[in-house]
Amino acid sequence: MDICYYPGCTLKTKAKNLNLSTISSLANLDIEAKELSRWNCCGVVPSLASDDLLRLIAPVRNLARAKEEGYSQILTVCSMCYQTLAMANQIMQEDMEKRDIINNFMEEEGDYSGEVKVVHLLGFLRDEVGWDRLKIAVKIPLVGLKVAPYYGCTLIRPRQVGIEPLESLTLFRDFITAIGGIPVDFPSSTECCSSYQVVSNPEISDEVSSGILKSAEEWGADILISSCPLCEYNLGLRKREKKELPTLYFTQILALSLGLDEGSINLELNSDSAINFFKEKFKDVLC
Amino acid sequence: MSNPNTQNKDEKTASTSSNLIPVFIMGKRYDVPESLTIMKAMEYAGYKYIRGCGCRGGICGACATVYRKPGDYHIRVGLACQTVVEPDMYLTQIPFFPANRAAYDIKPIDKDPEEVFKKYPELFRCLACNACSKVCPMDIQVMDYISAIKQGEFEKATELSFDCIQCGLCASRCMAEMAQYHIAQMVRRITGSKIKPRAKHLNDVVSKIEKGKYDNIFKELKALDVNTLKKLYTEREMEPAATPEDWSPQKKDYL
Amino acid sequence: MTIEITDKTYNGEFVKKIEEIGGKDFHKCMQCGTCTGSCPMTYRMDISPRKIIHLSKFGLKEKVSGYNTAWICASCHSCEVRCPRSIDIPKIMEAIRQVTLRQNINYIEPSEISEDILHDLPQIALVGCFRKHTS
Repeated sequence: MDICYYPGCTLKTKAKNLNLSTISSLANLDIEAKELSRWNCCGVVPSLASDDLLRLIAPVRNLARAKEEGYSQILTVCSMCYQTLAMANQIMQEDMEKRDIINNFMEEEGDYSGEVKVVHLLGFLRDEVGWDRLKIAVKIPLVGLKVAPYYGCTLIRPRQVGIEPLESLTLFRDFITAIGGIPVDFPSSTECCSSYQVVSNPEISDEVSSGILKSAEEWGADILISSCPLCEYNLGLRKREKKELPTLYFTQILALSLGLDEGSINLELNSDSAINFFKEKFKDVLC
Repeated sequence: MSNPNTQNKDEKTASTSSNLIPVFIMGKRYDVPESLTIMKAMEYAGYKYIRGCGCRGGICGACATVYRKPGDYHIRVGLACQTVVEPDMYLTQIPFFPANRAAYDIKPIDKDPEEVFKKYPELFRCLACNACSKVCPMDIQVMDYISAIKQGEFEKATELSFDCIQCGLCASRCMAEMAQYHIAQMVRRITGSKIKPRAKHLNDVVSKIEKGKYDNIFKELKALDVNTLKKLYTEREMEPAATPEDWSPQKKDYL
Repeated sequence: MTIEITDKTYNGEFVKKIEEIGGKDFHKCMQCGTCTGSCPMTYRMDISPRKIIHLSKFGLKEKVSGYNTAWICASCHSCEVRCPRSIDIPKIMEAIRQVTLRQNINYIEPSEISEDILHDLPQIALVGCFRKHTS
């Protein structure tokens, strides 16, 4: 089976570990993630201004090209790309006036009215792979590993594009259970890591992120997993003095549980604490 | 069509083989022969290029011209030295558009994408509006190479931006206020010096030169008179027109 | 705090601009404060989200644009999902930011960020920040 795959800019540079672990995990499950042949940066944040059309162009271009290449779905793993593409998609589906103006402006691409469905990997794993099939594919169940799933904001808010309803968050829990780990529900699981504020107000980022990690730790987690390079940067990669919970991408523990090699799990770009934790805990299986 | 020899003085002022068409240069109308390029047409109209323009061969990028046609909102571009005039063109020449070029020394720079991001953070303001690609007189996919640079794919960006003549039109239209061509140049320089493999045979030849392999033959040639040189040149062994793969010259001393 | 609301301080144009960019919903605000309770950045804001909506209704442009509230907002949408009146508060925050940005006044200058920081930050952070904080 193959699926149209939209990595996003950061997955090609600073978040290669998220990219590689995604592609190799899917390959192990007999799914080929075919990168969209011509794509540009989606813009990271959806434009919230009602009169703003220009900032819709970037995400819509990608969707229009996916449609041109004959795809009905586009898979993404970066939470922020997911939200941006999904919200732009919704506008193209619902707002006729904006749709017409944008289609007219984008002379270079074909017309688009929201035909392509934006899918996040977690939903894809549940719907197209199934937790049972995933369980069978697992070679190294993460027995005893207490995993705190960090949803962040963009996967579940706003409601109309969230991958699941806010009141019953099950995707991450089911995912962790399927690969043999113990999901740790903690209060800050859906609290914002401060995203782009790390550029303009980095002290706030550090304060908020430390709070989230502390919360996960207090509830007994061994590690925290996320789906977004910005969350991973804010929570895991920024240098803060105290020792904090190690963080990983959920696709990396997926790759580990599927028994893939170190190259596919790709720990080099992770924080030292994450690397050390894994080398210690899984030293027998990491090859 | 009159015989040029029997033309009287008045007829000679109009070219015998082409009609005159109107063009508007900075708002003023001029009737120019339809076969001229924009550059020649402006000179025909009495304008003089005293500085900047150019190579007149479509490669220096100094003569970027923007024009519009009546009844059509589109902005059109062309190089003045290459584009032939059309009736009712409303022309203006774009002088050099100010574009920031970061100061950097290429030698210590790594081939990391971050090196480019550091120098040109405005790269991240790109909105994928495509105004740059639309205005490029060399038909370069500017938006695509900017996209490639953001993804760290320098070789792809080098290939896509290869034909750039640095005219500055893309920078003039950019909503994010980038100077795309300067960013591309930095990327090309990094690709050429840090990413592309070195030509090994070039190094070999350079070291042979430095060891003096060719000193004697050059000394000999320099001492010869013109006629002997001419004879040597015309009687040299030439590669045949359809050269087989394994061909080599008879004299191999200087290979 | 005492706020003076007179025809001199009320800026009708500002209210209209917010409506154009952010929608008219904010007039429905009943000041329950749920948004402030949900917001993770409140502790660092000059005034809370609830208050800034209130001030926006009164067209107090200088005050609203002067506080850091809209600039510290991370567009996390926590307020929107809990608002009992379903007001799209992130859109209002965006509108407040845009009123300043569209005057060509940036909150952060890309050219002033140090090279070390630019080297370290992932692109996703820079693109997101420039979209929200620059014009």
